[in-house]
This record gives sequence, structure tokens and C-alpha cells, in this order.
Amino acid sequence: MFLLAITVSFIIQKIILAAIIIGGSLGIALYATWAERKVSAVMQDRRGPTRAGPFGLLQPLADGVKMFMKEEIIPMFSNKFLFVLGPSLAMVVALMSSAVIPWGPDMKFADGTSFSLQVADINIGMLYVFGVVSLGVYGVMLGAWASNNKFSLLSGLRAAAQAISYELALGLSMISLVMMTGSLSLNDIVSQQHGFWDGNWFSWNVFKQPLAFLIFLVCSFAELNRAPFDLAECESELIGGYHTEYSSLKLGFYLFAEYISMFITSVIISTLFFGGYNFPGMDALANMVPAPLFSIICILVLLAKAIGFILFFMFIRWTIPRFRYDQLMNLGWKSLIPLALINMLITGAVILYFNK
Amino acid sequence: MSFTISDKSKLVDRRPMTFKDKIYLPAILGGLKVTLGHIFKKKATINYPEVKREFSSTFRGLHILNKDEENRERCTACGLCALSCPAEAITMESAERKPGEEHLYREEKYAAKYEINMLRCIFCGLCEEACPKDAIYLTQTFAPANYDRKGFIYKKEDLLIPNK
Repeated sequence: MFLLAITVSFIIQKIILAAIIIGGSLGIALYATWAERKVSAVMQDRRGPTRAGPFGLLQPLADGVKMFMKEEIIPMFSNKFLFVLGPSLAMVVALMSSAVIPWGPDMKFADGTSFSLQVADINIGMLYVFGVVSLGVYGVMLGAWASNNKFSLLSGLRAAAQAISYELALGLSMISLVMMTGSLSLNDIVSQQHGFWDGNWFSWNVFKQPLAFLIFLVCSFAELNRAPFDLAECESELIGGYHTEYSSLKLGFYLFAEYISMFITSVIISTLFFGGYNFPGMDALANMVPAPLFSIICILVLLAKAIGFILFFMFIRWTIPRFRYDQLMNLGWKSLIPLALINMLITGAVILYFNK
Repeated sequence: MSFTISDKSKLVDRRPMTFKDKIYLPAILGGLKVTLGHIFKKKATINYPEVKREFSSTFRGLHILNKDEENRERCTACGLCALSCPAEAITMESAERKPGEEHLYREEKYAAKYEINMLRCIFCGLCEEACPKDAIYLTQTFAPANYDRKGFIYKKEDLLIPNK
């Protein structure tokens, strides 16, 4: 039945949507690098990039040109295929999880046609996200392994161990959320968080599952390899970490993939816990403006939430020092996983109590 | 055994972490308060080439050779500045003023060649103090960067104050 619904126009629609989403993600990631430099500058009483364009807004382009013009070096004893595969995989995987995110409610046009703002509404959206996020570490690992450099290798080991440890807590924290929503589809999870107040309690999941949100947030820092858990690129011990041997565009891919994953992760956190494209008073607004415009407003709301999280990631990076490796492992295995399990237990008990 | 030279030493706190320390969150929020507070602070950096920070009024920078009211060089090549210079940065050659050059040089003797090596100079200002003719002064500018050492040897033409 499902296969029959696929028509040429459907495919074209999805391709256009995917192209827009990828382009948008790249653009936001581009300006995330600019924002990171500005945020760090503001926090250290500096000015940050000011030379390229007004407020340094052309700085990302200048950075891109710089990366592009650099000499491209592939170390002699490296595994050439894996060496190139590493950064490509990092980039592709970073973009892949954007496919299941519902960016807004369906765009309904005056002539009755509607246009879904989700590339793929699969009923296991959450599992898909987890699968893709776990693949993310392969980009780092392959690049590190193929470099044939002991510092890169150590960094790859660290990244892999860290990702595996924190994925557990991440998954466990999600289980309690899924127990509550009863669905793995991101579309369902978002529509359950409709508006802001459902008559008895806040409808956003962050107010129903604050502990799960906290665990998810901490784990996403670790999954993103970002400070304070950026042990994989710990300069003081590992030179540049897994990208020590990389130069030119391939280095740019690694650095850029980090910002894309940061954006996608921010969108996923907003979708799962902060109501996705829902906002207070959306029903009132839906009656006042035409439907396509309403969809666009919803997209902007989701983007605003995501940008808020990106800024939060940056504030944290420039605030706290890096964790030590044993502290990282202690936090993951001895604190976050038990906490997530307890959260699961409490959620189960509460659900049982209310359903009786 | 231990003794303290000053009262500035601070013992490292090696007490085991309390529960509040272990959950990290209060410390992180405290840190965020500090860093976010900096958003509203005055920036320490200035937009350098457009905006320049003022030097102190006693700043000693590049030298100039002064002229008198009638645009005549005041320097008589007495060599006191070179003598007083602790870095031996100043060299000069004197010459006798010829008839018809009275509008150029104030006195009978003048410096035909006057060089200061800005790489040797320590900008102490002793030449300025030694000069009996008020001929050499230190200004509020500094030597711009250069590609080779030769560029730092300032000739008389570089040092002379422009005509009024």
C-alpha cells in the first residue's frame, strides 16, 4: 500500500525539501562558527571577527576560502581510502539525522494540497536518530585510525569509548520519554506537545521529564565531542586529536561536521523536550494568519529554539574546563546511567499509578 | 617542615568532594553567571588602526631633530647626545656652515650626518636631557615595523621636523 503512494511529484517534493534542509543546515552551521568566535570574544571581553564585512559577517566565507587554499597533505603511510572516508563520513552522518525531524506542521495551501515539512515520517524516527548518532563516531575513528599517528589513534580510542559510554545513558533517558509518549515517531512526539498548556500541566516534555532532559543534554555534549567532554581533541595531551594529520578541506569537513551535528542535536533536543515547532498561543495565531505563513512561523520557532541551544552549547564551552578522562567515565557510568534507570523506574511507577 | 616567605601562599583544598561538588551543576551555573556577566562588560580590546589608545604623557618614542623659529636646524653636532647615549645608538658627523647657508643652520657648525639606530635605542631620553641646544626631542610615536635592519637606522632626513 505504502509503495503505491510514491509518485514522481512526491519524489520531487522530498528531494526539494531535503535540498532546502541540507542547505539550511549548512548555512546555520556556517554562521555557528562565526557565532562561536563572537561568543568566545564577548565572554573574554574581546571583539571577535570584525574585519570581514559588517560585524565580521563574511568571516565564515573567508575561513572557507582559507581552508580551500591550504595545501592538502595525505600522510605517506596512512590508509588513503579510510583517510578520505573519515571526514566524508563525519559530514554525511552529521547531515543524515535531519531527515526525520518534523520542521513544522504540514503546509496547507488554498487549493487543498498539503506539503509535509518532514522528509521521512518513519514510525521509528527515534531509533533512526540513535542509529545515525552512533554512526557519527565512525567518522572520527576511521580518520584517527587511518592517520597512522599515535596521537590520532589515542584520540580515536577516547572518542569511541566516550561515545559508547554516553550513548547508553542517552538511550536510557530516552526510554522513559518513549514510555510516556508511547511512540517512537518524532511526528507523534511533537504533536503530543501541542501548544504550551494542555489544561492540567505544561505540554512540553521538559516539564514532564526534567531529569531525562538533563541526562540527554549532558550526554549530547559528550556525543558531540564538545567541551567539557572534548577529550578527543584535547590539545594539551593529543596535539589536535583525531584531526592532527588532516589539512585543507578535509580538516574543514571535520570542523564543519561538528557544527552541523551541533545544530541537528539542538533541533532534536528542541523537538523531543521543548515542543518542537509548538509555541504558546499557536492555536490563536493559526486562525489569524494564512496556513502556509503559519507553517513558516512554526519553522522559525523551531529554529529559534535550536539557535538558543546552540548558544547554550557555546556558553558552556567557554565556561567550564575539560573533564579528566576518569571523571568523564565516572560521570557516565556511575552517575548518569543509574540516574537514567531510576528515572525509568519513576516514570513506570507514575504511568502505572495514573492508568489504574 | 614548612615556612612562608609571604602571606600570599594559599593551601590547596584537598578535602573530598561534597555532594554539591559531585553533581557539578551548581558550579557550572556559577561559572555561567561569571561568563554571561561579561556580555555586559566593557571590552578591553579597541579597534586598533581606526581607534588608537593614547600614550601616557611621559611616553618616550621616536626622536625628532628640532628647528628654531626661522626653520634653521638647532643641532650643532656637539656630540653630547651620542656621549650620553647608554646604548650607543647615535652617530654623527659635523660640518662647517658655508656662507649663504645661514638660513639652514643656526650656528657655524652643523650635523652633516646624523643617524640613530632604532634597534639599539632604548628610548631612555638621556639624549634629550643632554642636548644643550634643545635640538633633539622624543615624540609620542613609535618606530613602525620594517623588513630589514637597515630600515631601522634613521637618517637625518627621517628625524628632522618638517618645515613649519
